[in-house]
Amino acid sequence: MLKGRVLEQSNALPFTFTFLSETSVHFRVMVDTDVHACLCGPLPLHDDLKEMLDSNKDALKLEAMKRIVAMIARGKNASDLFPAVVKNVACKNIEVKKLVYVYLVRYAEEQQDLALLSISTFQRGLKDPNQLIRASALRVLSSIRVTIIVPIMMLAIKEAASDMSPYVRKTAAHAIPKLYSLDPEQKDQLIEVIEKLLADKTTLVAGSVVMAFEEVCPERIDLIHKNYRKLCNLLIDVEEWGQVVIINMLTRYARTQFLNPNINESLLEEGGGGDKTFYCSDEDEDEDEEKEKQAEVSALAKRKPYVMDPDHRLLLRNTKPLLQSRNAAVVMAVAQLYFHLAPKAEVGVIAKALVRLLRSHSEVQFVVLQNVATMTIKRRGMFEPYLKSFYIRSTDPTQIKILKLEVLTNLANETNISTILREFQTYIKSMDKDFVAATIQAIGRCATNIGEVRDTCLNGLVQLLSNRDELVVAESVVVIKKLLQMQPEKHSDIIKHMAKLTDNIQVPMARASILWLIGEYCEHVPKIAPDVLRKMAKSFTNEEDIVKLQIINLAAKLYLTNSKQTKLLTQYVLNLAKYDQNYDIRDRARFIRQLIVPTEKSGALSKYAKKLFLALKPAPVLESPFKDRDHFQLGSLSHLLNAKAGGYQELPDWPESAPDPSVRNVEVPEWTKCSSREKRKEKKVEKPFYSDSEGESGPTESADSGEFDDGSESVSVSVESGSPSDSEESEESSESDEDEEEEEKEKKKKKKEIKQMQASESRARSKPDVSFQTIAPSSALKNYELLHRITGEGLSVEYCFSRQAFSPDANMVAVQMHFTNNATSDTKNLHIEDVKLQSGMRVKEFAEIELLPAGEATTAVMGVDFCDSTQAANFQLCTHTRKFFVSIQPPVGELMRPVFLTENEFKKEQSQLMGMNEISENLTLDAKCRNEHAIVQRVTTAANLSRVPCGSDKECRFAGKTVTSGSLVLATVATKDEGAAQLTVNCEKMVIGTMLVKDLLLALTQ
Amino acid sequence: MLYIKTVGAIFFRFTYGLTLYDGIYFCLRVHRSAGGSSVALLPFWRQCWQSAAEMIHSLFLINPTGDVFLEKHWKSVISRSVCDYFFEAREKAVTPENVAPVLQTPHHYLISIYRGKLFFLSVVQTEVSPLFVIEFLHRVADTFQDYFGECSETIINDNMVVVYELLEEMLDNGFPLATESSVLKELIKPPNILRSVVNTLTGGSNVGSSLPTSHLSTIPWRRNGVKYTHNEAYFDVIEEIDAIVDKSGMTVFAEIQGVVEACVRLSGMPDLTLSFVNPRLLDDVSFHPCVRFKRWESERVLSFIPPDGNFTLMTYHVSSQNLVSIPVYVKQNISFFDSGSSGRMDITVGPKQTMGKTVEGLSVTIHMPKSVLTVDLTATQGNYTYDLTAKVLVWDIGKLNPQKLPTLQGSLSIQAGVPKPVENPSLNIDLKIEQLAISGIKVSRLDLFGEKYKTFKGVKYVTKAGNFQVRT
Repeated sequence: MLKGRVLEQSNALPFTFTFLSETSVHFRVMVDTDVHACLCGPLPLHDDLKEMLDSNKDALKLEAMKRIVAMIARGKNASDLFPAVVKNVACKNIEVKKLVYVYLVRYAEEQQDLALLSISTFQRGLKDPNQLIRASALRVLSSIRVTIIVPIMMLAIKEAASDMSPYVRKTAAHAIPKLYSLDPEQKDQLIEVIEKLLADKTTLVAGSVVMAFEEVCPERIDLIHKNYRKLCNLLIDVEEWGQVVIINMLTRYARTQFLNPNINESLLEEGGGGDKTFYCSDEDEDEDEEKEKQAEVSALAKRKPYVMDPDHRLLLRNTKPLLQSRNAAVVMAVAQLYFHLAPKAEVGVIAKALVRLLRSHSEVQFVVLQNVATMTIKRRGMFEPYLKSFYIRSTDPTQIKILKLEVLTNLANETNISTILREFQTYIKSMDKDFVAATIQAIGRCATNIGEVRDTCLNGLVQLLSNRDELVVAESVVVIKKLLQMQPEKHSDIIKHMAKLTDNIQVPMARASILWLIGEYCEHVPKIAPDVLRKMAKSFTNEEDIVKLQIINLAAKLYLTNSKQTKLLTQYVLNLAKYDQNYDIRDRARFIRQLIVPTEKSGALSKYAKKLFLALKPAPVLESPFKDRDHFQLGSLSHLLNAKAGGYQELPDWPESAPDPSVRNVEVPEWTKCSSREKRKEKKVEKPFYSDSEGESGPTESADSGEFDDGSESVSVSVESGSPSDSEESEESSESDEDEEEEEKEKKKKKKEIKQMQASESRARSKPDVSFQTIAPSSALKNYELLHRITGEGLSVEYCFSRQAFSPDANMVAVQMHFTNNATSDTKNLHIEDVKLQSGMRVKEFAEIELLPAGEATTAVMGVDFCDSTQAANFQLCTHTRKFFVSIQPPVGELMRPVFLTENEFKKEQSQLMGMNEISENLTLDAKCRNEHAIVQRVTTAANLSRVPCGSDKECRFAGKTVTSGSLVLATVATKDEGAAQLTVNCEKMVIGTMLVKDLLLALTQ
Repeated sequence: MLYIKTVGAIFFRFTYGLTLYDGIYFCLRVHRSAGGSSVALLPFWRQCWQSAAEMIHSLFLINPTGDVFLEKHWKSVISRSVCDYFFEAREKAVTPENVAPVLQTPHHYLISIYRGKLFFLSVVQTEVSPLFVIEFLHRVADTFQDYFGECSETIINDNMVVVYELLEEMLDNGFPLATESSVLKELIKPPNILRSVVNTLTGGSNVGSSLPTSHLSTIPWRRNGVKYTHNEAYFDVIEEIDAIVDKSGMTVFAEIQGVVEACVRLSGMPDLTLSFVNPRLLDDVSFHPCVRFKRWESERVLSFIPPDGNFTLMTYHVSSQNLVSIPVYVKQNISFFDSGSSGRMDITVGPKQTMGKTVEGLSVTIHMPKSVLTVDLTATQGNYTYDLTAKVLVWDIGKLNPQKLPTLQGSLSIQAGVPKPVENPSLNIDLKIEQLAISGIKVSRLDLFGEKYKTFKGVKYVTKAGNFQVRT
């Protein structure tokens, strides 16, 4: 241990020294104070702290811990306090405890033995009934970097991974990389835990476990298959940091599992040629591409037309909304996903979002611009509409300016070049000289890329040669040199002009460029060239090395073309060079002398000297430094640095043929059953809802009416108890018959109307939509007591939610009231008064019952708009003599009405109601309720929902809408082995959702 | 180099199998450093940490004089000497803004942000999304701002322990854990005077005694049990005009960046719906995570359960296609003479398209060329200051009076013997117009669902100049 630390320090030392020698006094001061603090200063102070830590008072302990933590924060050594601090790990005071944790995590590594003393506290914490304490215990335990506790950590992680609380499971996911870094040999066991956590369905866990996956086993792409669709669907509700990690991982996954969506388009594009970059030089490359193209064409002929895998589409669709995230990292992650995975036609959507990020902090701009620069090379069209967003402001930091310039240059084409050049002209006047130099380079690049403007650019650059700033001139010279190489014969006057500059210009690179130019095109300036050489020979010894080399070059070239005038000069220069300090220059001189000066020993090469020196040189290619950078995954550190960073995962190439897509199917499909189901469903297209409800509701009804009988008998021991239920049942059945007839008529309209309803909820809300109401023949009616016959002085009233349409107002729940007059006298004028309601609620009273003779019974229907809440409707029930205060409170299941959805529609709606709109619970089904019928019966009894046809017999799905607002309510019961099941409710109204879950749980478990 | 690498790999494999010696595994490690390769002995586990992928390793806060005044490590400790590379880069850069946000050192990568005159420097060792780190560092700075009202060295030093606790909660093992301010505020209470007085009297603490519940909820941005006697929801629609105007007064480029800042103090779990009169104006939007994107896509309304307190609900963008109106024009003439080492300046600001509102808080900032020594100007309205070292001229005008246009004119004196500056400085305009959203966006209504109480609602519009630059 000690050895390791010493070495670390000695490692650090060279840096410190270089630094000290280079600059800053501040640092030295800092070091001094540190040394001081470590060696002498703190000793008495620490005793004082120890005393405080040993005291009984929490306040003193807290004060001591605060001071210690402040020391840690300032980077001072507080390790000698370890024994005193660790004693307080079990302190009751929560703040002291937290600070002790902070200390422990910082120093445990250095004091391993002592740190072990604290472990038992955390082990106890792991068993705490409070999930947050369990989580924090695991968090601290796993942060203590002590190898001996690896087995304990492993055990704790495994346990926490199957904890009830998703928060603890999340902490377990966080702990995995910590343990892995402590002991990589645990990898296999950790992968098991990761696999388990990947199957977790909560959004809280998803991000953290994918992070663990990326750190521990990024190569195990097979673990993702089964969870792929779930991850895609959860994505929007995962916290933002998790989103970034998941999206990056899924990008890699998709690259291995799906086909290249641009496989056909890329051919067209290249054939068009227009989009192919102007880097006109690469002729040989073109040939290669030609060949490639032919190969691809032949391959294409064999290939089937491309069809995107639905899972590929799912990923693209579900990530797209995240472009609107406030978090720049999320936006960038989606952008790179689209860039690497989307068909060319769709990539464009990311441009807008990326341009938005340019308004953000300059660091964000820096990274985004780097990526945009790479993108603009491949897909220029995408950013062209946003050209002006890349215009440079004088207040931008230099690195941003240069990146923007890069993007502008990449975006330049024949149509916008004039605007861009005009913009560049203003940049040249900038005060920031680095930026001006970059602008001149950019102009050069535009000029080489776009033939039409080459002359204009050249003229502009020549004008810059008379600029007062030397740097500008120098940079212009360098760029002009490159441009001239393209058509030297046209521009001998420019070369002459530049030759004159050698007297004034001092920047070595520029001087070297001019000399090279003159040498290269000495035939265009036969008179000036020898003169320049003469001047240069004079100043040779004072020149920079690059200039010297070019002087030698110039001399050699002139010697070959015009030896009469320059022979002596050349020899003079070569002699000077022979004794130069720089060995490169001496080498060059020796080499050139051998080549050009004929001697008796000179070899065969000297014959070809002219060809060697004055060969036609290809014009330089000015290309973007961002070219081909897209082989790194965009948005990554490696892309930014253009070098592979440690731990970088290569973005794989698209596969030739797609791997088996069925690996992502989650349910093991039972083909025989499924197909029969499928057929049934197809049949149902005509009569969609019917067959289902008929099938399920038969037994339900009978069972329920039995229950009803029992109930009423036990409550009111009355002779007549049988009769009302009988009559009601008959009445109900007749009503439902009518309904069915009505439904027959409506049948054809229905589909259309359902579509309408989905299209606009608001419309459905405002106008009573018959189709909803007719769908639901109620499966079960439970009676509630409104008024007991004793309190009602003979009058007993029961009510039930008839689940029928309340025709006067579609937003009301129909409440069927059943009045029985058990008294000996008649009851008259039965009506409602003094309705007390929560705001928003409404009641439609039933028509007054004028006379209810003794011993008779009657029913009436009233409507209540509960506003989608379970608030009670309070009112007075009045007879001609008495008033009774009564209230109707609806179970949440009655606040909805069934709607018909197909399986696909259901899934679609469900996917839109994820996250906080989704509540799911695990449960154990009641022993009597293990078959499909029983489940359907119990659910439909508890809530007014309709069954949704479903391809799997392990799942029962139900759909409905809340009566008032028309929000969808979707319920799913997925059964597993041994009566285990999962209940999921998706509803936009979270309150309704939660209450419904409670009710359904009760219904299914009892 | 390649050879050495292979050798290193072989050694590594070889030592991997070694048994425990002295409680420590040793293995050979090949460094790639600037001076070439060196071989060093390192404890085995250290080797492993460096090979595992990871996120943010350490954070250093650096003040303007170049001292590290806070360090926090989420994994093993990295010596602060790693910052030397950063200091080197800082020395080279002309201004602190010009330091590259990402630096590469032999063993680490340094990712930094510059906020409030402080550098937040994070150390990472392996591949990571740079924006992820940058965004997180800004979130840290935002949290400090939120907690202490400002983000400066003094305030961080004064609240060192709270800062350290915050950092502890925000990252776990280098991966963000709790960044929502609602969660953090339940974990660690922000300091306020009353509480600090009470705490010193009673020995109470700043750490929340109840464990946060919003951690667990599916709506982490809102805590449970919020209660107010006055329920209110205020929205500020703030628009900034980004524009470049050229010498002749032509608009080169203009767009509007808008932001809706909300201050919502409502009890319970309110579900709000904010709708606009003309949502089609908005070209590009980004939302706080609480906004239901589906509702926006289908109905163009903002439906959300708000966080408690102040937050940014959305930002939007109105692009230049929709013809952005520019509220003021600037007539300027800045010229330098060849002889006499002097120059002249003449600036007039006038209203252009103000929609009948008053332009306030008008000011003009000019970064002068380095050779301009002093200025001798007269302003018909407002005051001007010239910072001699930074060469920045600020003309604070105030309210713009359309009847009497403010002008600033006079002479500039230039360092003698230096050629006259070729470049012309550009003018940055700052202004503010109350009660106007220059894009014309208008909130139509705010509906409250899920709770039943009376709510005070209000919307305020402000237009400001963002990056408003006039070239000369």
